[in-house]
Amino acid sequence: MSAVVSFLTRRRGGKGWHWTDVVTWVWLVGGLIVMFGPALWLIASSFKTPAQLAEFPPTILPYVNQQATVEGYDKPLTLYTVKMPDGTSRILAEVRRVGIVSQMVDPNAPDEIVKINIADRTPVREIGLATENYVVPLEQNNFLLYLRNSVFVTFMATIITLLTNSMAAFALSKYRFPGRDVVMLLIVGTLMVPLSVVLVPLYSVVSAVGLYDSLWGIILPTVATPTGVFLLRQYMLTIPDELLDAARMDNASEWQIYWRIVLPLAAPALAVLAIFSVVWRWNDFLWPLVVLSRKELYTLQVGLNTYAGELNVQWHYILAMTVVTMIPVVLVFVFLQRFITSGIAGSGLK
Amino acid sequence: MGQIKLTDIDRAYGKLKILHGISLSIEDGEFVVLVGPSGCGKSTLLRLIAGLDQPTGGTIEIDGKDVTKVSAAQRGLAMVFQSYALYPHMTVRQNLAFGLENQRMAKDEIDRRIAEAARMLEIEAYLDRRPGQLSGGQKQRVAIGRAVVRNPTAFLLDEPLSNLDAELRISTRAELAALHERLGTTMIYVTHDQIEAMTLADRIVVMRAGRIEQIGRPLDLYNSPANLFVAGFIGAPRMNLMDVTVTAAGPASVTVEGPGGFTATHAGDGSAVHPGDKATLGVRPHDIVTVDRGGVEAKVTLVEALGPETVVHASLADGKKLVAVLQGQDTSPAGGTVRLGFDAGRTHLFDASGLRVPEVQASPAR
Amino acid sequence: MVTPIGKALGAAVAAPVIWLASAVNLPLKAWQRATGTNGMAAFFLAPNMAIFAVFVLTPFVINFFYSATSGTAFFLADRTYVGAAQYERLFDCASYVDPSTCREDLFWKAVQNTGLFVVVQVVLMTLVSIITALILNREIAARSFWRAVFFFPVLLSPVVVGLIWRWILQRQGLLNYIFYSVGLEPHDWLIERSSAFTAAVTVSVWAHMGFYTLILLAGLQAIPRDLYEAAEMDGTRPARVFWRITLPLLMPSLLVVVILTLIRAVQIFDEVYVLTGGGPGTSTLYITQYIYEVGFASLLRNPGLAAAASILMGAVLVVLTLLQLQLGRRGEKKGARE
Repeated sequence: MSAVVSFLTRRRGGKGWHWTDVVTWVWLVGGLIVMFGPALWLIASSFKTPAQLAEFPPTILPYVNQQATVEGYDKPLTLYTVKMPDGTSRILAEVRRVGIVSQMVDPNAPDEIVKINIADRTPVREIGLATENYVVPLEQNNFLLYLRNSVFVTFMATIITLLTNSMAAFALSKYRFPGRDVVMLLIVGTLMVPLSVVLVPLYSVVSAVGLYDSLWGIILPTVATPTGVFLLRQYMLTIPDELLDAARMDNASEWQIYWRIVLPLAAPALAVLAIFSVVWRWNDFLWPLVVLSRKELYTLQVGLNTYAGELNVQWHYILAMTVVTMIPVVLVFVFLQRFITSGIAGSGLK
Repeated sequence: MGQIKLTDIDRAYGKLKILHGISLSIEDGEFVVLVGPSGCGKSTLLRLIAGLDQPTGGTIEIDGKDVTKVSAAQRGLAMVFQSYALYPHMTVRQNLAFGLENQRMAKDEIDRRIAEAARMLEIEAYLDRRPGQLSGGQKQRVAIGRAVVRNPTAFLLDEPLSNLDAELRISTRAELAALHERLGTTMIYVTHDQIEAMTLADRIVVMRAGRIEQIGRPLDLYNSPANLFVAGFIGAPRMNLMDVTVTAAGPASVTVEGPGGFTATHAGDGSAVHPGDKATLGVRPHDIVTVDRGGVEAKVTLVEALGPETVVHASLADGKKLVAVLQGQDTSPAGGTVRLGFDAGRTHLFDASGLRVPEVQASPAR
Repeated sequence: MVTPIGKALGAAVAAPVIWLASAVNLPLKAWQRATGTNGMAAFFLAPNMAIFAVFVLTPFVINFFYSATSGTAFFLADRTYVGAAQYERLFDCASYVDPSTCREDLFWKAVQNTGLFVVVQVVLMTLVSIITALILNREIAARSFWRAVFFFPVLLSPVVVGLIWRWILQRQGLLNYIFYSVGLEPHDWLIERSSAFTAAVTVSVWAHMGFYTLILLAGLQAIPRDLYEAAEMDGTRPARVFWRITLPLLMPSLLVVVILTLIRAVQIFDEVYVLTGGGPGTSTLYITQYIYEVGFASLLRNPGLAAAASILMGAVLVVLTLLQLQLGRRGEKKGARE
């Protein structure tokens, strides 16, 4: 641990501490807390029971009340530390509660009922995860379905994006043909037209082609991304034309040139686009919100928002499902963050 | 067979004409070098022959068949590129096999051809490496190997040596000549380096600005350049060119007067030039000797002793530079003036339009 | 151990794909022979451009027709042509400063809110990103780790961002606990008008600053080291180095950041919608939400009005994007000269 700290705080200058160093480290450590803290708080909260979530002040870690099976009672009973009238404290199990009086038994002597004022007892708790927060919504509230829809949309949209964008980028970077500049101009033009501007007409187009309330209705409008075509085209421009000529001399058809030469060589750019596409499509919200109306078709984002908007807000489920929604993106962050940051620094896209 | 015939080939990009009516006939087994300064259209011409580009006019025939509209793949030619253009994501073996696989050739035939080419080019040791792991010279061999396995009607080579260092270039040049000797296949070779052209070619095609300036065997080009451009382009160091005026023109000799009033006689057919005409007298540096009397007086600016020969840089009365390569190690001209003489039979004379004044027809110059 | 399984799995997935790719080769070869290079270019462009034409170009064009019609029907044929009536309705105001005097008071409220949001967010975002970029550009250890730290929220979905913060900002949330433990008054952050706006801005800065920091950091790292060394040799004070070397050379990246922030801020929707739902009242209602609600959600659905509003927003975005392209080109030229 101290090795980690000294590694992170090691300065390259080596001279004494300057006030700017202090500012730097306050900012960085503060940033660490502010950037990761909320997500960690979310994760910790998602394992808490509803009762615990309602507590104020909150605890950092999730606890569960300890329970014990007591002879003569079918259900496990909750254990409490009880302050006895004589000042000693004992651990008793609650049988039932009537008003402010709690009827309790000693797990070791289950025959005798002790009546205690509820102010005198505190539950015995241990660190424990309320995993039912995850299990229940996945099993009962359609969230497994939402998850499947999200995975389907993300996977399909990414595959189609990679294929169509790379084909278009190949044509735009390696062929001279009449109208090429017009096509480029059209693609540049659409960079200026975000979804929110064409929401109404796009909705009617999607309805007209029969894709309203269908997962394909949220996949297809997103796949002809101008950014993807751009990114790939820029990369393909760096592949020397002589290589293509060599393949032509080698009897390769144009399709083979695309498939066997250009695609493998564009693999780094394809990887970046694939990662971006996965994150984009996974996170899409407004468009699915507009297109989907049947609950069974909801993606996680829409399902989660709808669920959170219901009158009877069940935070323990919402928090758990938010964590589930976050997981793929966190995996991308942990394993592929470098690709993305260098992709952004290189191309300025998001 | 590898007979290639070009007739009136034009290539234009919009209004810009790159090639103007190129006609050229290449015999089977010939090693033809297209040479010229950059931008002269030689690479474009090669790409037209390859089928990678289409001419805007004229026809291309291979072995008597019109292939002008035939695609690159169907022409049966192989090409070696300046950058080698090896597929970086494939091993050397896959690089060699790619073209054969595309022809749907049988697997064992592919293996046999690769083995044979690899042995011939000594690239067996790195057949399973990728191009990125090879040196420039090794890549070069693989690029040639990729052409060889195809067993093409003709090889097209686009400046294949220009990315090698000087030493490797000379040895690879020799190997290419040996390869041609051995395969006996037609080769068309593009370069801007006249030494490569001189050493490799059966015939050289000198090009400039989209036109053929002269076609001929290397020594013919050296000995009788058809015009000023070829004279300046072929031979190293370059031919010295002096502005002169014709003073007398006879059927077998032309007398000219140069800057500073020196006179020289050129053995040639003077029937097309007249006294008073402007002309250019050319002398190769190696054809210059020092003389005691006569000749032309020049101011020496630099003397470079190379051992077997001595290079003298001098300037004429009109300030024009002149280079002479003298046999031996005589460095005495340094710092003063020198009298240089040229043999009438070894000078070249070009008329005002830059064309060679022809040799005497009846009795050829010795 | 994993490798052979992975390899087998990869091969199993790749086999049909490779088979498919070689199967299409023959018909495509015939197409190539018949149509030449132009035909192949058309083939490669076709899928992307077909999708593009249907789902990008068509909506863009018919948006103008929508804005000139009225009714609740979505099919153009079922709608009535009203000319510029929808625009007139949007601009029907007694005083443009006071939204409540307008016929479409919500629209003007949204415009006003968006304007304020854009200004505050751009300033805050630029400031926070530039400070972070400057700090990350210092001689710190593990720079890529720290860079990643600030980048993390960028990847989170707006819904996740909205819910995380709703959870933290609620009455009994973490923030109130922190306030409570240092003796400050807790608030209903998302229910009080002033703090809901602050929350919306802060959360969106939190979510996106990492992206802009990255662009600025790339800009900073492109400044040649020897300039700083030369300045140090000249004994230039650090503040002067910043104002005279760093800032001018960072200007192109900074302008890009400002304009990109502007473009995105004008369209702000998802995370705020999840966070506050536009409330309390209309205090965090922004234009995109207005378009969404008028077009789809509200009972008094009016797609024509939504289209008109979206075209007005689109016009603002086009101007901003053109500005960005212009600046980008100037930056490129400058880069080429240097």
